[in-house]
Amino acid sequence: MTAIVNISLKAGVLDSQGKAVHHALDSLHFSNVQDVRVGKQIVLQLDSDDKTQAMADVTKMCEEILANTVIEDYTIELI
Amino acid sequence: MKVAILQFPGTNCEYDTQHAFETLGAETEIIWHKSDAIAEDTTLLVVAGGFSYGDYLRSGAIAKFSPVMKAVNEYAKNGGKVLGICNGFQVLTEVGLLPGALKRNDGLHFISKHHHLKVANSDNTFLQKLNTDDVVNIPIAHHDGNYFIDEAGLQELETNNQVLLRYTDAEGNIQNPNGSVDSIAGVCNKEKNVFGLMPHPERAMETLLGSDDGVNMLKGFIES
Repeated sequence: MTAIVNISLKAGVLDSQGKAVHHALDSLHFSNVQDVRVGKQIVLQLDSDDKTQAMADVTKMCEEILANTVIEDYTIELI
Repeated sequence: MKVAILQFPGTNCEYDTQHAFETLGAETEIIWHKSDAIAEDTTLLVVAGGFSYGDYLRSGAIAKFSPVMKAVNEYAKNGGKVLGICNGFQVLTEVGLLPGALKRNDGLHFISKHHHLKVANSDNTFLQKLNTDDVVNIPIAHHDGNYFIDEAGLQELETNNQVLLRYTDAEGNIQNPNGSVDSIAGVCNKEKNVFGLMPHPERAMETLLGSDDGVNMLKGFIES
């Protein structure tokens, strides 16, 4: 099973990289962009077929190391 | 006085830090991250600056799981004095010994220059050689020095006098180089035995090199 973890700064925490990308898009005349958030994606190959167990495991990984929950939110997708 | 200095793969300020403390007459020891003990006669434990584990994932994140960190946690919980400089500050927030987190600088650039700092609170052993509102000139060198803490956390820091340093200009007016909340450059824990700061006082030991304002900071760090 594959777990896709998306990590981004929490709403309310200023995302300077997102802001810089937004400025760059503006200067390229992509004027229809309202907001940009830059995050990171971590893809994990798991040796398990149990979705419930996998979700519990990956959540624990996010809480303990993959994300810093003081400033970041994460989402997990299992495929 | 015995100063123990942690060394992870990627740490690069351990020898500067050692030199600075030895200049002040302290005995020093560099501790490799695979060690599982901190000597009992240690008076100050320093998590030195650099790029532990290449700053992979997040600055300071991987160091959290180094074998030595268990001993560091115990040392701090028992009231031992712990100092985190730059990457050391990032490590201490990741471990949870200090509140908040360090984000990428607002301007996205690595900043390396001397910067003035104002002492926000000197009622702690770390800054005992300085007075509140003193302004010092200390180098900063970081990419992820943008201190973040939420509103409630900031309130708590203020109430407990845990904000120790703020970025200012030479006159002591707030001047924020990296976007840190409340222009914070250094904070301590509630018990005031763990202190983290982004600036490098160990690089401000001689006027010939730009400033010796670090001397009085380091003297305070090693006295109980």
